[in-house]
Amino acid sequence: MTNDSSKAPIIVIKDLHKTFGTNKVLDGFNLVLNEGENLVVMGKSGSGKSVMIKCLIGLETPDSGTISVMNKEINTLEQVAIDELRTEIGFLFQGSALYDSMSVRENLEFPLRRHTKKFGKIKDTTPLVIEALESVGLANAINLMPNELSGGMKRRIALARTLILKPKIILYDEPTTGLDPITSKEIILLMKSIQEKYNTSSIIITHDVDCAKAIANRMILLIDGINYIEGTFEELNASNDPKVQAFFK
Amino acid sequence: MKKYFANIIEVIKSFLKEVGEISYFAGRFFKEFLFPPYEFKEFLRQCYYIGNRSLFLVGVTGFIIGLVFTLQSRPTLQEFGAVSWMASMVSVSIIREIGPIITALICAGRIGSGIGAELGSMKVTEQIDAMEVSGTNPFKYLVITRILATTLMLPLLVIFGDVLAIYGSYLVENIKDNVSFQLYFNQVFNILEYSDVVPATLKTFFFGFAIGLIGCYKGYNCKKGTAGVGKAANAAVVYTSMLLFIIDFIAVFITNIFYKM
Repeated sequence: MTNDSSKAPIIVIKDLHKTFGTNKVLDGFNLVLNEGENLVVMGKSGSGKSVMIKCLIGLETPDSGTISVMNKEINTLEQVAIDELRTEIGFLFQGSALYDSMSVRENLEFPLRRHTKKFGKIKDTTPLVIEALESVGLANAINLMPNELSGGMKRRIALARTLILKPKIILYDEPTTGLDPITSKEIILLMKSIQEKYNTSSIIITHDVDCAKAIANRMILLIDGINYIEGTFEELNASNDPKVQAFFK
Repeated sequence: MKKYFANIIEVIKSFLKEVGEISYFAGRFFKEFLFPPYEFKEFLRQCYYIGNRSLFLVGVTGFIIGLVFTLQSRPTLQEFGAVSWMASMVSVSIIREIGPIITALICAGRIGSGIGAELGSMKVTEQIDAMEVSGTNPFKYLVITRILATTLMLPLLVIFGDVLAIYGSYLVENIKDNVSFQLYFNQVFNILEYSDVVPATLKTFFFGFAIGLIGCYKGYNCKKGTAGVGKAANAAVVYTSMLLFIIDFIAVFITNIFYKM
């Protein structure tokens, strides 16, 4: 199956296991993300896709297996080193996860003021905030509160909050879920333009076939806790395996 | 019968598990609050919100309790010809017990449930995860600041409520018997001793700690879904109210040992 090995791998997951109680979610999952690549991970709800990317960023601890991000093994890092690494990884949460009590500006300033190692202590954050908001086309929303934004706008602002740290990797957790088809298309176009502009590598967790078709360089189907099949959208779409076909019908 | 006992054992087990988890949460608070980074700005913000949001409610409740307590006690004291003891009786009752416990219960309902709902909602909408990804320790930023703020603000709110309750009592006495402000408050200060004020004030720190701890614990460990947020807020109030009475009993018990009342 397709895996563009001409580019250096930026994320490598080997034999990842994670169990919640008696529920075995990940059972030897493997993944390689190459530089500049958009890798789509598809799977049924509850198949462990979100758990996998949360392990990737240190929000969940795997039972066993290794996760290497930019040649650093997450499992062996101290908290300070994990925080430092997180400045290179943007995470777009499924429900946007904007801080309710903060304005759009404060939401964007929050990671900037926290990750002081990467940027130092910035006196005037306005130019960076505006730049990030402009890249998602919402510069005029700077003073709004999250409850004044629509679902699509929230997703864009969350993306701007991710971009403000200028990450090398972006993890998208269901970026189009809960959005109408038009807004979904806008978000997909935005993701593509971000990848071109910032040259990011991305893992996109989704079960939206249109999203996968538009954005994937490569795809993995996560079934029964393992990477069941890997390939381009066209390769997987042409598969005769009923488990694979179930996603594309 | 067998099933009945099995159910009882299950309830006891889950109760002990909950107590263990709360103790672990409290242990984590003591372990983490001593070490930097300190979220001083957020702590001040929480002090302002917690104090300011409850000030009016605590004030009005305290004032009304003072009024009602005096009005209710008057006929009985009159029967024994002991109305002149009103100021002493009201002040000792308010300072020692009624003020702290009523204020703490009000704050459990207002602040405890608010913290439970706020953190619960942040948990289910992944805001706490987002905070962690942003290089912030959410336990320090959200939990430690809130527990410290409730611990420090509750004694101040209790003092404020006590003062208004005694003032409410004075108003009744002034209207009914034309008792002067100076005479009433002279009696109040003459009767009050350190053994009334110090233990009562000290226990309010523990009340505040309990309100913050349970509110944060319930919110921070909220199960997925909006129903979980409601449950977290509700459980925060129920657990805190129970804990307040237990702390109160222990505080009175210890006070009695020290002051041999």
